[in-house]
Amino acid sequence: MATLKELSEKKELFSGGHRLCSGCGIPPIVRLVLRSTDNPIVVSTATGCLEVGTSIYPYTSWRTPWIHSAFENTAATISGIETAYRALKKRKRLPVDKDIKFVAFGGDGGTYDIGLQALSGALERGHSFLYVCYDNGAYMNTGIQRSSSTPFGANTTTSPAGDMIPGKQEFRKDLTKIVIAHNVPYAAQASPHNWKDLNNKAQKALAINGPTFLNVISPCPLGWYSKPEESIETAKIAVETCFWPLYEVENGILKINYKPKEKKPIEDWLKMQGRFKHIFKPENKWMIEKFQERIDKEWERLLALDGKQV
Amino acid sequence: MAAEAKIKCSVGLTGNSAVAYAMKQINPDVVAAYPITPSTTIVEEFSGYVADGKVDTEFVTVESEHSAMSACIGASAAGARVMTATSSQGLALMWEMLYIASGMRLPIVMTCVNRALSAPLNIHCDHSDSMGARDSGWIQLYSETVQEAYDNVIQAVRIAEQENILLPVMVCLDGFITSHSIENLCLLDDDVIKKFIGEYKPSQPSLLDVDHPTTYGAVALPDSYMEARRQQAEAMTLSKDVIINAAKDFEKISGRSYGLMEKYRMDDADAAIVILNSAAGTTKVAVDEMRNKGLKVGLLKPRVFRPFPYIEMAEALKNVKVIGVLDRADSYTSFGGPLFTEIRSSLYELDKRPKIINRIFGLGGRDYGVKDSLAVFEELLKIKDMGKIDKVYDYISVRE
Ligand SMILES: Cc1ncc(C[n+]2csc(CCOP(=O)(O)OP(=O)(O)O)c2C)c(N)n1
Repeated sequence: MATLKELSEKKELFSGGHRLCSGCGIPPIVRLVLRSTDNPIVVSTATGCLEVGTSIYPYTSWRTPWIHSAFENTAATISGIETAYRALKKRKRLPVDKDIKFVAFGGDGGTYDIGLQALSGALERGHSFLYVCYDNGAYMNTGIQRSSSTPFGANTTTSPAGDMIPGKQEFRKDLTKIVIAHNVPYAAQASPHNWKDLNNKAQKALAINGPTFLNVISPCPLGWYSKPEESIETAKIAVETCFWPLYEVENGILKINYKPKEKKPIEDWLKMQGRFKHIFKPENKWMIEKFQERIDKEWERLLALDGKQV
Repeated sequence: MAAEAKIKCSVGLTGNSAVAYAMKQINPDVVAAYPITPSTTIVEEFSGYVADGKVDTEFVTVESEHSAMSACIGASAAGARVMTATSSQGLALMWEMLYIASGMRLPIVMTCVNRALSAPLNIHCDHSDSMGARDSGWIQLYSETVQEAYDNVIQAVRIAEQENILLPVMVCLDGFITSHSIENLCLLDDDVIKKFIGEYKPSQPSLLDVDHPTTYGAVALPDSYMEARRQQAEAMTLSKDVIINAAKDFEKISGRSYGLMEKYRMDDADAAIVILNSAAGTTKVAVDEMRNKGLKVGLLKPRVFRPFPYIEMAEALKNVKVIGVLDRADSYTSFGGPLFTEIRSSLYELDKRPKIINRIFGLGGRDYGVKDSLAVFEELLKIKDMGKIDKVYDYISVRE
């Protein structure tokens, strides 16, 4: 595992000067992932904040080959690239010793929702690539609309906290579980606050010949109504409350990478974010209870699976 | 026939088998495809060539046509020669990606086996699918016969990859009528085809050129978007000559000549039908029958629909007195189908404009027989004699 010093000495493939917001969780995630291999990397990115914020012609933040084609198909696009790589290598039109890695980035909208089919197809076909979902829990690029990853209760522009309906009424989809059901060699959840863990996971994933997946929580001050300077802390509390457990499934064995000594109450995470303001009203107290119950249940489920074949 | 030509003739193949065979001979780097009737057997037969090691193409069995075109885009941007095939709903599902393929200037070659669009669901031939994609920036070639489909697929590779063009090409043939009918055709030798298409060398750094990192699919704001589109339009304009030149070279290896369109007994024709694909064959029989009776009729069959050969079309039709454009798709303008509006517009600059009508035919595989062509020719000749048109736009062979 690399030290921070070693990581900082690696070539920066994602340049500064991009247009992502201050406090956005995406850049640290991308930079860490790109530093997790010494091999050349080709990147495909779904439509969303990362794409729009880094590729406004004539500028680009990408010092590595990069493509954006559409919103729902970054997994299909990377499958095409990876297939071309195998085809051209076989035909000796690429140097045989060049070992290129393929990474696809997508937001939760582009991954949990509109891109789920393409992701599932690419995982099933077994292309050699790492898919990284930066999960900020809504369609942020288009103005904070709810996605199937948006947490229960959150106020978004399509699940507004109204007089009758207090924000999103559905629990979020467990995408990591869905990916695991594909029996891929490696899948994990990570958070940018724990750079070591994230780097370690990306490193493992990129060393594997086959489809791998990282789901990384990505704070969004604009959409979460949280303080930009507290983004990393927000991610950390998401993990400390077990809203976002850090775990991995390697060759079918599940391992929890971090168990908080004392699980914090979900309020601690909710109160950092304006999108949950309304659920602190006395009449919405039931929502906090419901949220906590769900987290407890999921955490228990995960604890029971720790170290086991899933 | 040119001396160097090595040709196997009298081979009986269906349209789809001929396309699959052309793909085998081309041996592209990557094929990504998804099955849909009536194009399915192209994909099935090609996967057979892969399974038997007759090609060393990497074949991606994607989970949808949207992903098929997305994978083609990724592979093409990675510097591979890429092909696919689809029909109808499959092409409709690709719609978003068709524009991205052409906008990124990726020379992908796709066969579209023409089939009607739902609803109501129908698996038979009409041109609603490819006509719906006519403004997507793809070059479109249409094929009357199995031979033409085979020849077009081979020429398409050459056209798409020209350095000053770099546009995707769609080769269209009629579902079932051509795709599933066995016709005799002449096949070219693998080596002859290899030489004709050459090796694909992308002119820009591909995604796999890691030493020259390139950004594909950037955001273009109002200060640059229009220039990208302008260049695309320019490439489409330039493609006309490239198509003609490819056809000239193709004639040298095959003895078969192609152009922007085929004119059949048009020289002194008073009345002409303009029609695409297999129905042109039927119409030729009607032309012969009418000619035997001393009636001056002819047929014009466009081969290239995008770019649309306006000038050549007007030139070919300028001496005709009455034209019947037969569209196998409607565009619901309540005025005429897509071929009609293009042809009518082509004639605008003529000093003496022919009379012109539009008849929608053959939707969802409705039969179009010689008697239907004859009826249209009779109507055209009546218009010529009476000097007046009753209905510019109408449906034929339909229960009202
Ligand atoms: C087919 C299609 N539907 C809708 C859109 C509009 N759109 C662009 S980005 C986006 C949301 C992206 O959300 P997410 O994937 O969560 O990424 P983020 O914006 O949070 O980075 C939407 C809805 C689109 N570009 N394409």
